[in-house]
Amino acid sequence: MTTIQHISTGRRVKDRMVQGLVYLAFALAVVPLVSVLWLVISNGLARFDMEFLTHSMRNIGARDAGGGAYHAIIGTLEQVLLASVISVPIGLLTAIYLVEYGNGGRLSRAISFFVDVMTGIPSVVAGLFVLAFWILFLGMPYSGFAGAMALSILMMPTVVRSAEEMLRLVPADLREASYALGVPKWRTIVKVVLPTALTGIITGVMLAVARVAGETAPLLLTVFFTDSINNDPFNGPQMGLPLFVFDQAARPNDTAIDRAWTGALTLILIVMLFNLVARLIAWWRSPARGR
Amino acid sequence: MSKQIQVSGLDAYYGGHKAIEDVSMTIEPRSITAFIGPSGCGKSTFLRTLNRMHEVIPGARVEGKVLLDGEDLYAATVEPVSVRRMIGMVFQRPNPFPTMSIYENVAAGLRLNGRTSKSEMDGVVEESLKGANLWNEVKDRLSKPGAGLSGGQQQRLCIARAIAVKPQVLLMDEPCSALDPISTLAIEDLMAKLKDDFTIVIVTHNMQQAARVSDRTAFFNLAEQGKPGKVIEMDETSRMFTNPSEKATEDYITGRFG
Repeated sequence: MTTIQHISTGRRVKDRMVQGLVYLAFALAVVPLVSVLWLVISNGLARFDMEFLTHSMRNIGARDAGGGAYHAIIGTLEQVLLASVISVPIGLLTAIYLVEYGNGGRLSRAISFFVDVMTGIPSVVAGLFVLAFWILFLGMPYSGFAGAMALSILMMPTVVRSAEEMLRLVPADLREASYALGVPKWRTIVKVVLPTALTGIITGVMLAVARVAGETAPLLLTVFFTDSINNDPFNGPQMGLPLFVFDQAARPNDTAIDRAWTGALTLILIVMLFNLVARLIAWWRSPARGR
Repeated sequence: MSKQIQVSGLDAYYGGHKAIEDVSMTIEPRSITAFIGPSGCGKSTFLRTLNRMHEVIPGARVEGKVLLDGEDLYAATVEPVSVRRMIGMVFQRPNPFPTMSIYENVAAGLRLNGRTSKSEMDGVVEESLKGANLWNEVKDRLSKPGAGLSGGQQQRLCIARAIAVKPQVLLMDEPCSALDPISTLAIEDLMAKLKDDFTIVIVTHNMQQAARVSDRTAFFNLAEQGKPGKVIEMDETSRMFTNPSEKATEDYITGRFG
């Protein structure tokens, strides 16, 4: 016969200890995050002014103060946008194929395998590939578009994987409910499955964007760099914020180091802004609204 | 508006596994036909073969004939999507579309299949919700999400969604198994009303329910686990529950097994 047992002191102590360890692990995980943010904000605020946001580095001498990252901000925005335009449709359609049409067949397993392989490609290799193929072999000029291609190679597997997971989370019940109404499969996917998974897909895309927005190596090989404003991403060297930081941080003057910190701060802010906008869109589209 | 279904020599498979074998029956229009039997005997599988939903599952296939007023649903040239438009289905668990409002849920079948004018759609939505006995409860919050309703209301919303496309036949796969007795009663009353316009087929584990609502009952059973399910007996419900001709039916109905 069993009796009601009381929690022993030993278990109580163990419970406390594990709880303490969990809090400690949390604190340790937060330390680098907070310190990075603190460092970037405290060092970056000095030059975070209108001139920085509206001027390029053209005609700024090696020791001059002033100058800004307008050319780099434009470059980063255009490159990331182009990379998204290339990789999001391809990635999303791949995910739809894998989840809705592949049925675990040979082709879908092969695609899955290569997506995994792509996830592991070092970013510099993606840059080298575009450099070798697009610029050296096809003879195209350095351009923001070349950089966007390198970035899209890095984005694609992230988009595929996250979209695939989100599509798999959509209950089979909903697809069946739609089929039972006499709705064809493709319309079911477009009108029922995708809207249901939309919030998750947007989050996944934003993670991918955040990942590539900070890439330096592939840009160095494909976008080259410049101190001037180049609004045309299809022609001529552009700049990107990671490149700007890389370039300025390598210079010996304090004025350049300050600019590098502010560039890093701007990059973080841009990624945060993307995230915020995406979350707003997801919230605006979500079914929970209006409940 | 309502059609007869004739099934002859139907086998259904999941990959290599035969789930039901040699089912033949006639389902009369403007009546309620109930399928009863122990779990895993193929009632739901058979129900899903009637509107070609069975083949949605990878590896699943069907052999045999299903005639809807004489027309073979499994003829090679038949478009499965058009079959499902004529034979609607309500599932075991209520499954309203979570991204859509109550109005959009009811309108989904028409909206996803083509264009209907706004005023026409308003009419269809109201009529379907009234048909599903849900109109009075939701008429003031049609723009709220369908997922915010209670379980019983959600199931009636799913019925409204199914009847909005005006099918000939309505298949119901244990529509009350997730609901409380009051919601169940509401749905049973609804079935009695819908019977005037539709051919209704219902799978149920609740024998009282089968006895209460149906005109004819089919008893499914399988020889043992892993063997395909078969129809043991089909007859008027009143006869099935008072004087069945098969011993197995009597044993099942009186609760001696299953």
